[in-house]
Amino acid sequence: MTPNNIVNMAIIKGLDAIAITDHNSVENAATCMEVGKENGLLVIPGMELQTREEVHVVCLFPDIEAALAFQEYVYSKLPPLKNNEKLFGEQLVFDKDDEIVGHNDRLLLSSSDMTLRDAFNKVNELKGAFIPAHIDREAYGIINALGFVPDDLPISTLEYKNEEGLKKLVNSGIVPKRYNFIRSSDAHYLQDISERQNEMEVDELNSLNIINKLK
Amino acid sequence: MKVKDLADKLGMKILTGEEGLEKEIEGGYTGDLLSWVMSHASKGDVWITVQIHPNIIAVAVLLEMAAIIVPEDIPVEASTLEKANSEGIAVLQSPDSAFELCAKIKAAM
Repeated sequence: MTPNNIVNMAIIKGLDAIAITDHNSVENAATCMEVGKENGLLVIPGMELQTREEVHVVCLFPDIEAALAFQEYVYSKLPPLKNNEKLFGEQLVFDKDDEIVGHNDRLLLSSSDMTLRDAFNKVNELKGAFIPAHIDREAYGIINALGFVPDDLPISTLEYKNEEGLKKLVNSGIVPKRYNFIRSSDAHYLQDISERQNEMEVDELNSLNIINKLK
Repeated sequence: MKVKDLADKLGMKILTGEEGLEKEIEGGYTGDLLSWVMSHASKGDVWITVQIHPNIIAVAVLLEMAAIIVPEDIPVEASTLEKANSEGIAVLQSPDSAFELCAKIKAAM
């Protein structure tokens, strides 16, 4: 997955907008936004945050400045451990010509020492959207970690992976129907980028409008 | 054994009010994935968990657990303690790890 691969695959698939959500990091977002702009694809800067509760949350931001401010906060809450590329793979940073310009040394896969509440407040302050990720997955889904979606935070949108999984959670009453549910591809490989099959309506196509629909 | 007696015996700090301290301990459970704990722990258990989110109180109420013990002196969110007080669930804190706590509690019971 490189910036040009991702953007061009998304265009081939006919998508209007994508979000780049690396784990606990936004280091490739600016480049992907730039490549997207050159090719006519909206790229929203974001992060898949792992909170202290071991819950994954998709955080989307209206602009790169907000995303970088969030990254700074997250980095200050990560344990001071170094990545082991042999064990966990490389954490590469690309430029807009898909050249590798850096290796991120931090161990990004661990949890940030930030509660869901801290994270929600910070994302909200930066005018971003806070979306618990793949709620129907066992690994790092909010239901698995916390049993149910806490009602002490004004969360409005939940992301799911499979229709079947979501149906089970809603039909059993574990997840109330009142939420907005979105399905994204959570693509870790090019071939997993979704077809043009999930949609939402906005007045004008930009990050802020999409984020405001998800808040 | 009562929650209060266990807290005294192991020198644990009581983070909540008086209300939950008289409950009788019938067993124990350790786990941090709340969905798993909800389907495996039992009534009357003292539950050792590193999770400090307010949802732990709901799980303890649901299963009628005796108390929650937070190991390694992890600071507990204020909203969690508020909920614990309103539901009458005692939250205890210990410098010991969950492993050490299990051994000590088992020996004390």
